[in-house]
Amino acid sequence: MLATRQHVSGWGRYPEIDAESLKPRNTVQLSEFMRTHQNATGNVFQGICRGMGRSYGDSALAPLLIHTAHLDNFIGFDAANGVLHCNSGVSLGCILDNFAHRGWFLPVLPGTRHVTVGGAIASDVHGKNHHHDGCFSQYVLSFRLLTAHGKVLQCSATENSEAFYSTCGGMGLTGIVLDVHLQLRQIGSAFIQQRAIKTSNLRECFDQLAANEDVRYSVAWLDCMARGDQMGRSVIFLGEHCDEGGFESHRKISLNVPFNSPAFLLNRHTMKLFNQFYYQFSSRTAAPTTQHFESFFFPLDSISNWNRLYGRRGFLQYQFVLPNETAYTGMHEILSRITTAGKGSFLSVLKKLGAANENLLSFPIAGYTLALDFKFQPDLLPLLDTLDSIVLHHGGRLYLSKDARMTATTFKRSYPQWQQFVEVRNKLGASGVFRSLQSVRLGLDDEDREI
Amino acid sequence: MQKVLIIGAQSGIAKALARSYAARHCQLYLVARNENLLQEQKNDLEIRGAKSVEVALLDVNNFSDHAQTINSAKQVLGDIDVALICYGTLPDQKSSEHDFNSILQAMNTNALSVISLLALLAPVMTAQKSGSIAVITSVAGDRGRKSNYIYGTAKGMVSRYLQGLRASLFSHNVHVVDIKPGFVDTPMTSTFKKGALWAQPEAVASNIIKAIDKRKNVVYTPWFWRYIMLIIKIIPEPVFKRLNF
Repeated sequence: MLATRQHVSGWGRYPEIDAESLKPRNTVQLSEFMRTHQNATGNVFQGICRGMGRSYGDSALAPLLIHTAHLDNFIGFDAANGVLHCNSGVSLGCILDNFAHRGWFLPVLPGTRHVTVGGAIASDVHGKNHHHDGCFSQYVLSFRLLTAHGKVLQCSATENSEAFYSTCGGMGLTGIVLDVHLQLRQIGSAFIQQRAIKTSNLRECFDQLAANEDVRYSVAWLDCMARGDQMGRSVIFLGEHCDEGGFESHRKISLNVPFNSPAFLLNRHTMKLFNQFYYQFSSRTAAPTTQHFESFFFPLDSISNWNRLYGRRGFLQYQFVLPNETAYTGMHEILSRITTAGKGSFLSVLKKLGAANENLLSFPIAGYTLALDFKFQPDLLPLLDTLDSIVLHHGGRLYLSKDARMTATTFKRSYPQWQQFVEVRNKLGASGVFRSLQSVRLGLDDEDREI
Repeated sequence: MQKVLIIGAQSGIAKALARSYAARHCQLYLVARNENLLQEQKNDLEIRGAKSVEVALLDVNNFSDHAQTINSAKQVLGDIDVALICYGTLPDQKSSEHDFNSILQAMNTNALSVISLLALLAPVMTAQKSGSIAVITSVAGDRGRKSNYIYGTAKGMVSRYLQGLRASLFSHNVHVVDIKPGFVDTPMTSTFKKGALWAQPEAVASNIIKAIDKRKNVVYTPWFWRYIMLIIKIIPEPVFKRLNF
């Protein structure tokens, strides 16, 4: 297997590095590589697995990358119980394309269909239904993990459960997931019934999200440029699967951003204008509408390479969660800091999360989460450091899949099970082997040794 | 429902083609070298909707096995609606250009074995008086270039053979299409630095299927390669020989 040198970055396009890339053709070749790379060369493999590169920061960046693009076979499907067996490089979009029209759906979907099953496990992604259904890993029945020694470990909640709970949400730092048994959910149609609720400030937004907790899908788009009494005004979208309407596939309108747009196009004024329009044009008492699941779950996927809109230097996504008790005051403070600093986010998404699961590093805890996009500017970093301290003070944490800059101290203070994670990694022999720029930055791996 | 034979079923483009035909609920007959991988591919395609998938082993460099492969495919599929030949190797120009053994190997794999299979397929398709033969050649076959003329020679040979075969089978209602991809991001090109001209195998596969459905003769994929090659072909030889590519 030969490597190519490539310029790579996460979806936020910050940071960007040169890396060697390997693309194994199948799991046999990959397993063989892990075994022989160790013994023959005397070098320990050091690198990280990469799926579709949709994590925003540096979690899928390392000097040596293993791409799972070719590990994309379906292996089996139990049509009676809806259990899919597939390789880890299969994308969620591909699963939907092949199964949604047969009435089987993924129980948890993030904001894009361009995520591999392996990536969804590593990030333990959540969706608009977290308060109702939890994270992606809760529908993973089992998987096979290729470990640092080239051995293959069968993992589930009952078998090698330590490895299971650290791999789910473990950012690829425990090994490489080869194939997965996944529980799908039955649906009655490809359509979602959507209802929109407009709220005039953050308090109202929180109350409405809490009042609608029995609705399966809920998410709020927030106007983060609004100040004063209107701070935190939002449009909440609620959705439920329709029982009727058929399974026709979505007529895709696809736009593309072919190259970096000049970064100045996204400035405070254009963002304010966009946010204001968006808010004003959503009507207060909207009647329920029916839409295809593709446009309900993946509105941004219709614009390929939308990350280029932020210009050459990229952007940082900042997603944090605060526990229920402190969420309102904490979020209020954070929004005030952002508006005072004159920064803004084009898209800001707020969501109520349900209880945490058993994984050691999964992001969600019972509370409220807010995701913000910031165009990269040097003066952004100090502001985000300030926000970090507010998040910590309120007992919250940042989402590792979005992060490109938090400090090791912040991480260790906000992910209390990090030491347990280190222990399991050591037992698996994964420490220092499966490593990313992020794992080094977060103090989970030592600074670079020569490769 | 179409009945599709794919020789070289494990190649990057063939995998994408097979998946598209599976989504159309076609009946597939896959030929490749590695039994385990073929079995994995069969499972994958059945889950994706293929009506049925049969697999057969063949090392295309064993020319004497070709007849057996074509006969079995004919037996299993009945009429062959689409026959796709999708394999190839990319010889390293520098290390092979002065080594006739490597050149012969490249010609055998990329040209003569393809012609051998076509020579066996032609009478089968003629007898059934229907069907399409699609062969993946390359834009590299359009003109001999300093940097890649071993591969280019082999692909060019197949393209020329297909021209004749197309005319010869036309009156028998058998369609022959020459597929000329540009740079495609597949395992064959895994070590290349990818730039703006590179295409994904899924996009190329979708162009190929359209070309077969519409019974095109020669197809460049992605489409812009037709114009790139047009320019490359009209550069006068006295100039071309001085160019460094």
